[in-house]
Amino acid sequence: MTVASRREWLLSDRPESRRQARLGQIYRTWLSFKTNWLAMIGLGIVLLLCVVAVFADVIAPYDPVIGGDLRTERFLPPFTGDHLLGTDDLARDIFSRIVHGARLTLMVVALVAVIATPIGLLVGTTSGYFGGWVDTVLMRVTDIFLAFPRLILALAFVAALGPGIENAIIAIAITSWPPYARLARAETLTIRDSDYINAARLQGASSARILWGHITPLCLSSVIIRVTLDMAGIILTAAGLGFLGLGAQPPQPEWGAMIASGRRFIIDFWWVATVPGIAIFVVSLGFNLLGDGLRDVLDPKAHGNTDTAKARP
Amino acid sequence: MNALLTVKDLRIAFPSRNGPVEVVRGVNFTLGRERLGIVGESGSGKSQTGRAILGLTPSPGLATAKQLEFDGIDLRQASPATWRSLRGARMSMVMQDPKFSLNPVMTIGRQILEALKFHGRESRAASKARAMAMLEAVQIRDPERVFRAYPHELSGGMGQRAMIAMMLVSEPDLLIADEPTSALDVTVQIEVLRILDNLVSERGMGLIFISHDLRLVSSFCDRVLVMYAGKVVEELRASDLAKAQHPYTQGLMNCLPKIEGGARPLPVLQRDAAWAT
Ligand SMILES: Nc1ncnc2c1ncn2[C@@H]1O[C@H](COP(=O)(O)OP(=O)(O)OP(=O)(O)O)[C@@H](O)[C@H]1O
Ligand SMILES: [Mg+2]
Repeated sequence: MTVASRREWLLSDRPESRRQARLGQIYRTWLSFKTNWLAMIGLGIVLLLCVVAVFADVIAPYDPVIGGDLRTERFLPPFTGDHLLGTDDLARDIFSRIVHGARLTLMVVALVAVIATPIGLLVGTTSGYFGGWVDTVLMRVTDIFLAFPRLILALAFVAALGPGIENAIIAIAITSWPPYARLARAETLTIRDSDYINAARLQGASSARILWGHITPLCLSSVIIRVTLDMAGIILTAAGLGFLGLGAQPPQPEWGAMIASGRRFIIDFWWVATVPGIAIFVVSLGFNLLGDGLRDVLDPKAHGNTDTAKARP
Repeated sequence: MNALLTVKDLRIAFPSRNGPVEVVRGVNFTLGRERLGIVGESGSGKSQTGRAILGLTPSPGLATAKQLEFDGIDLRQASPATWRSLRGARMSMVMQDPKFSLNPVMTIGRQILEALKFHGRESRAASKARAMAMLEAVQIRDPERVFRAYPHELSGGMGQRAMIAMMLVSEPDLLIADEPTSALDVTVQIEVLRILDNLVSERGMGLIFISHDLRLVSSFCDRVLVMYAGKVVEELRASDLAKAQHPYTQGLMNCLPKIEGGARPLPVLQRDAAWAT
């Protein structure tokens, strides 16, 4: 099939199979996403982050933890020799550290999303579905979590659990579920009394089954959009914890911790702290742009864009 | 005749700013293994009566009764576990509006299979075969496609039949059908009624058939309850509908168009405030 005819097949008004209709719909969503160049930049950055994280071992020219010769190779400025971004106080290649740091950053984001989303969904749907005192108790707990600034609460948890990247991930996950719970609860309230939930009850389904099989899938799409929009915040919190010495521990090449260790030399050797700072900035910007773009194409209410909205099952 | 379902003094109230409003006010009836029709104008409380029997009165509504008994089981004090074992397996309800009663993000097939999953002990393949047979029985031409379709991909009538299939596949002892054929054309309607009829006569199912269509009810059901403003104003055998005593029923009968021309101008139903008390 040539490119032109494949395009026609995808954009056909009369799809011949469900698969064609589905693929055509995805293609159309992609077309409208593509016109948003900011979102495309975001997508590019996030894809780059993923590629770098996966192939870190191949891309990085040096070991991220073991430095070079401490007498001759400390604080080399960018573009000296084959040290693309220079070296730091322990003569480690900064580019290699950034590349390996991408892996840590991606791991933090992914794990937090995987831990916090189910907690938020579970709390939100349960409280919305049962209402009454269950709702009151769960929502007051959520309110307590929401009342603290995210970083402060995460700090408190890490202080209690002990510093380290795993504990930082747990702490960030514990502090990021409340907005998802609120969102899931609101969605649940709108569908809990609908007739198709009654129909499931009529078939003899238990509450757990209705919650898991019927209500959660309906809440999922809005919660997922919210999670993508939150990813930049997660990265910043992780970097903040690293900077304060409570997240990743040296010699792990975590970007926030790298800034913290380079801070002491910022006047004389600016690049040691600046380069990881730029990396954090670029990646969180990328996630924000991507999240905004996704919301525009996926959320039918935000846009007059009805044709992308209809065929999502 | 042993009663499958006994309802005594069923009342349903919704709280409002001016105190509770009773929308069903003391309904009594018993149902054997027969076809019972409920007719009445819109808003007379037919659907709410049906829902209350299955314990699905929407909150904040409250249903109370002196007696509400299904096959010897007191439904007023039924535990959630009892409800789960009853609903679907032994009693079920075809709800009025298929557009709202099918889950928009699940395929029809999955929704039909759910009922079997809770109560059946069969293999997946056997369940699927049963579901397909049921879809075919409700006159769906292309069951394979409908099985894999999402509710928005179906027409109103197809949705209604899918809903009927979903509620009948577990072969309940009591079925409450809330205007199950309102979106169907006459040929399909007859077919669906025939399925219901078979279930009543062969398996001894009890059927409560809620409808606006007086003519349909009088030809299809054994007995008819006529509801007005939350009360049963008249209960009579379907064949005796012409001999109705209550002025509301008589009015309804007079409004039916007759083949031999009939009255002109068409009679208008004159409501009497005394009927509602
Ligand atoms: N959730 C609710 N809150 C308050 N009042 C309600 C609620 N649901 C129904 N009602 C009231 O209960 C009464 C009976 O409603 P019901 O649905 O039983 O009518 P119906 O006889 O089925 O009418 P139709 O033929 O139009 O389906 C109506 O007056 C309605 O306003
Ligand atoms: Mg109704």
